[in-house]
Amino acid sequence: MPTDGVNKGRRRFLVATTAVVGGVGVGFAAVPFIQSWQPSAKAQSMGAPTQVDIANLEPGQLLKVQWRGQTIGVLRRTPESLSLLPDVIPDLRDPQSLESEQPSFAQNVTRALKDEYLVVNMHCTHLGCVPQMVPQVGPQSFEKNWKGGFFCPCHKSKFDMAGRVYKGVPAPTNLKIPPYSFIDNRTLLIGVSQEGVA
Amino acid sequence: MAKPASTLARRADELMNWIDKRLPVTAFWNATMTGYYAPKNFNFWYYMGSLALLVLVMQILTGIFLTMHYKPSAAEAFASVEYIMRDVDWGWLIRYMHSTGASFFFILVYMHMFRSLLYGSHRKPRELLWVFGMLIYLALMAEAFMGYVLPWGQMSYWGAQVIINLFGAIPSIGEPLTEWIRGDYFISDATLNRFFALHVIAIPLALLALVLLHLVALRENGSNNPDGIEIKANKNENGLPKDGIPFHPYYTVKDIFGVGMFLLLFAFVLFFWPEVGGIFLERDNFIPATPLVTPEHIVPVWYFTPYYAILKAVPDKLMGVILMGASVMILFFLPWLDRSPVKSIRYKGAWYKVMLALFTFAFIRLGMLGMAEGTPSQTIEMRVWTFVYFSFFILLFFLSPKGKTKPVPDRVTH
Repeated sequence: MPTDGVNKGRRRFLVATTAVVGGVGVGFAAVPFIQSWQPSAKAQSMGAPTQVDIANLEPGQLLKVQWRGQTIGVLRRTPESLSLLPDVIPDLRDPQSLESEQPSFAQNVTRALKDEYLVVNMHCTHLGCVPQMVPQVGPQSFEKNWKGGFFCPCHKSKFDMAGRVYKGVPAPTNLKIPPYSFIDNRTLLIGVSQEGVA
Repeated sequence: MAKPASTLARRADELMNWIDKRLPVTAFWNATMTGYYAPKNFNFWYYMGSLALLVLVMQILTGIFLTMHYKPSAAEAFASVEYIMRDVDWGWLIRYMHSTGASFFFILVYMHMFRSLLYGSHRKPRELLWVFGMLIYLALMAEAFMGYVLPWGQMSYWGAQVIINLFGAIPSIGEPLTEWIRGDYFISDATLNRFFALHVIAIPLALLALVLLHLVALRENGSNNPDGIEIKANKNENGLPKDGIPFHPYYTVKDIFGVGMFLLLFAFVLFFWPEVGGIFLERDNFIPATPLVTPEHIVPVWYFTPYYAILKAVPDKLMGVILMGASVMILFFLPWLDRSPVKSIRYKGAWYKVMLALFTFAFIRLGMLGMAEGTPSQTIEMRVWTFVYFSFFILLFFLSPKGKTKPVPDRVTH
């Protein structure tokens, strides 16, 4: 590059400003490409929060809904089954839900926002089968001292009425609790909690 | 140049002259092949580089033909791979060449890297050569991971789930980051489609560029050799290294012999044992991907299992991810961690031989444990070998300046 008769300060300034402006341009031009990786409008609408009308849910009744390709159970628990929850604690692997996946509001004994309603991802944490609800209290073929809960027919994992896993079964953790909130007393919204959208 | 004997040869010379005035073909050939002097004492370990290049070419060629039949959509991917295997003429061969080639690529690259640990090929002045090699290794890992997702079998799906969720361990940005990588709230069609794009164009382009840089950096200083001495330090009256021989024809012939032997072994696996008992292609991957059913036992393909074992050895998810990342990244610093005055293991004391043996065993053992189911005793063993793995680098840094060495000869031995 010829240097005689050149204002070097000015040349440096021009090189630097060109580089900065060009760099900023590249930065802005990159935005659409990076954004194109976000879940598309279609994916967003498919994965949008699901509203569930729970006004007609009787005590003891389980309602199954689909959310993001998963089966979500909404169970209105009876006072009896709620009262039995502390009794099974010695038989549970993770009674405090320390190892399990749930929103922080559900890290309690009932694993729920409102004690009465259990909103739970129905897929067994072992291999993803859907356990059956066995609400009857009393001896069952798979458990003599059954206090009601969920039983997975695939590999015999057992969960209590809060989706907490029993000891000595293949499932490693409690059933997952999805984020959810109540719009009002009769409408449940799966996919959004006070903590934010999933 | 001697006078051409025939008219035909003269014509050929004229044509070459015409080209050379426009494109320096002869000059390039002389500079990189016939006039490039390589140490005369190369051994078995010096086959791996050229063989890796061969496999890269093979992967690109078979890959191009696979994309002509493969469908990158969640609904069709699995069936299209089976279509290639059953209905496309010779499709099974092309597909198995590609899948077997991937594993062989890693075998060669691991041996190629081990060669550096033996003879100090990453030491000054070849640090950048090593760094480019490491970048190739990283790109290769990304390439292999995304390639494994494409058949959309159970292990494709759940392997991707596990690997992408690793990014979820990063505090605060983890969740949105995994969503961004997946392009959906779960691994889906969007994820498969973008992995296909990255696998067939983005990463291969980067790989080719890195291989080019690796070769340019290699030609700059020339190859190291099993004695770890610089042949350029001893030149004859013509300015040529006394211990060097022209790359062409000497090493091209040697490498072609290596290619022959390699292809024998490769063909054996390809024709008789393409799945290698569930190691090259895992059994669960012959089941179509199902988001609702998790396989009993999620394991990455063998070439990732040493790092997977390090991940599993740590009870905390974030710490596990950090340690696993560190176990790969620390390799970048090898040229600066080894501070021994000699390069080759031949002139290092027993301290290095013991350390390298332990390190190699730890890596292989971690690879085996990474494939295993993970009983509590295996977890303890994984922790022991993880400790050994990292100790190698730390001890190397502190022991190498003082570690015993033997006198290094002026000329190569053979």
